[in-house]
Amino acid sequence: MTPCGGLVMAEAQAERCRTEFLVEIGSRLSASLNTRRCAHATAEIAMSFLADAATVVLSPGDSRQARWLRAVAGQAAPEEGEVPVTVAAGVPCLGEVLAGLPGAVRWLDPGDAPAWLLPGKIGSAHRLLVATLPGNTMPVGALVLVRRAEGPAFDADAEMLARTLAIRAGAALSAALLYEEQSGINAILTADLLPPPLPKLEGMDLAGSLRASQQAGQIGGDFYDVCLPDRGDGPERGALLVLGDVCGKGAQAAVLAGRVRHCLRALSLLESRPERLADLLNRSLLGSPAPSSLVTLVLGALHRAASGHVRIDLAVAGHPPPLILRRDGTVEEVATTGCLLGVLEKTGVRPVAVELAPGEVCLLYSDGITEAFGGPVAREMYGDHRLKGALATCAGMPASALVERLEQLSTDWLAGGHQDDRALLAIRAAAAPSHREVRSHE
Amino acid sequence: MSDLTVGRDLNLASELYLERIGEADEQGAVDLVLGLLDDGVPAGGLLLRLIAPAQRRVGELWAADEWSVAREHAATAVSEAVVSAVARRARPRRPARGRVTVACAEGEYHALPARLLSEVLRLRGWRVDFLGASVPGPHLITYVHQTGPDLVALSCTLPTRLPRAHAVLTACRSAGVPVLAGGAGFGSDGRFARLLGADGWAPAADVAAEVIEAGRLPSFPTPPDSPAHIADEECAELLRRRPELLAGVLEALVCGGSSISAHDDRQRENTAENLGHIADFLCAALYVDDMAIFGDFIAWTCAVSRARGAPPESVMTGLRILSDRLRDLPRAHHFLTEGIRAAQTAAANGPR
Repeated sequence: MTPCGGLVMAEAQAERCRTEFLVEIGSRLSASLNTRRCAHATAEIAMSFLADAATVVLSPGDSRQARWLRAVAGQAAPEEGEVPVTVAAGVPCLGEVLAGLPGAVRWLDPGDAPAWLLPGKIGSAHRLLVATLPGNTMPVGALVLVRRAEGPAFDADAEMLARTLAIRAGAALSAALLYEEQSGINAILTADLLPPPLPKLEGMDLAGSLRASQQAGQIGGDFYDVCLPDRGDGPERGALLVLGDVCGKGAQAAVLAGRVRHCLRALSLLESRPERLADLLNRSLLGSPAPSSLVTLVLGALHRAASGHVRIDLAVAGHPPPLILRRDGTVEEVATTGCLLGVLEKTGVRPVAVELAPGEVCLLYSDGITEAFGGPVAREMYGDHRLKGALATCAGMPASALVERLEQLSTDWLAGGHQDDRALLAIRAAAAPSHREVRSHE
Repeated sequence: MSDLTVGRDLNLASELYLERIGEADEQGAVDLVLGLLDDGVPAGGLLLRLIAPAQRRVGELWAADEWSVAREHAATAVSEAVVSAVARRARPRRPARGRVTVACAEGEYHALPARLLSEVLRLRGWRVDFLGASVPGPHLITYVHQTGPDLVALSCTLPTRLPRAHAVLTACRSAGVPVLAGGAGFGSDGRFARLLGADGWAPAADVAAEVIEAGRLPSFPTPPDSPAHIADEECAELLRRRPELLAGVLEALVCGGSSISAHDDRQRENTAENLGHIADFLCAALYVDDMAIFGDFIAWTCAVSRARGAPPESVMTGLRILSDRLRDLPRAHHFLTEGIRAAQTAAANGPR
């Protein structure tokens, strides 16, 4: 893109070009909160209006590497790379900019520019223009402009435009760096609150889905987790599953959900019976200084039984009852007793065992699914009966397909309306092994 | 391996592949495809010329009522597992081609085409973030700011997702990232992609990969010549009135002595669902002011109903009542009149 044609301009054309330049800076640099995209926009604008190649070198901050990105005339994709801080600091002019020494623009002799700063196809070049990209306290980086020796050298006008661009780019990059830092911290803090990857377990097939009402961060009060038995545990001890829903929404609920998950992980080292775990968790929540530490949940201990069956010891505390999908497509509701945790001394949680034959499924879900308001005709609640009806059509599906289908039906039902956190977790006893050899003899 | 041998192998394999995914035989399907990979068939060819066409076939078999929903979903889940297996086995080039975010529009659950695009780009040396089915707008935009991709590929197979796809497409472009729209949801010729301001369009994964490879997209969104004219006043009005409107139509269908009055709750539920779809497609057609969206849907829904033993008259009755109640929305009324004509044509042409 060379909107200005040549680099020598008539007065009116120069004025028009300056306006275009400023408009371009305004619209491009205000768009992104990402340092790489801001650097790309800066380099591309600089290359289009001011130079044959433009490189943005970002200050390394605490890192040992300095990132750089370059736009080169006639080249669609940018060039990118990293250099060690010591290398970047050793380059005359650039080193001074990155060290925060005063001065908006410096001139670098092409003979002093290292190879990584000069694109190969430029050939011999005029003096390079190195502009400081001002940051919040220290410069956020440098903009290095190169013009090939065959064309005109930088004049006072170009230097002025380069300064203008550098100031605006510095502000955009500073904001982007701040956002990068903040979202980096956020990612670390919330990593534990996202649903875990589900393990592959012998003889069964697990799949889960979690959709948070807080859509940007994808965290909320619904959660699921799997605790695998310790190596020291006996073979009779199976994996422990939990799906729950804490009181509240958004980040605050997600923090409590994270605490419940950690608490259960620790407790599961000492106790494997789901109903006992529910009681212990209840005591822990009652003792918690945080107000409204309430949770409903389903705990399930998974065991492999004879002839490909799976037995699940369930404990349900104030949570919608798990559903069982039988092989013939009938759906059963597990009878449950306990109340939500964190309120009463006695939870009333009783154990209940279910057995799945090969291909049968146990589905855990949160009330965000059944209490979703929407539907084709009116603001109607989805309800247990629809969930059961939908589940009945899923006989024969792998767990992942079943969960995805139920999530899809629920999303369709909401039709873009207000949504609560929604969680689904399916445990399917692996279907009897199918052998093509066997089939081909049938 | 020459192109000719590969082509013949893929033709032979595709029948077998469809058979295995139709039986939800994951191991068998994985073995078949990894076997071809080991024989030297390129991974990209397997993804685009074996798995993608087989999945299109799965959709057709469902529409013709030859496969149940459960079988369709199970087959798709197997194809997803096969794609994962190919991705694990195939050795992609060292990532050096820039970064792409691939996502399905909100509400879009046909994720396999987007997944195939992701894997093909990865094989060709792109750094790809695949965000999966039905990606909420706020999540996609947050992701775009955090990771800084060179472009977003947005998949949409149904035009009913267009209003939401439009919102997220505009948000991505405002965040300084160009958008490649993908899928038939943007029109069989991509006309809605252009209308809604996308920087490019591809009908399917293979073309999308080509467009991206060839560098045919700008590095930053090109500002639109003029803001897209979106004729959404009637669409907004229809959305506002939708709950009462559809409840009323359903009531009229039951009281009007139509065939559904005698049926059970399940039938009523199905009818409500169909009415919901009619309203969704009508909204989308109004949004981009394109009758074909609605007409095509009516023709398709008549064909699907007929495959399941329901006469097109059941669709027509609903359309008549709707059109009667939407006389004050001239474009909606006009579209419904055309829709009734499309249903009549379907009734006249189809086998009884």
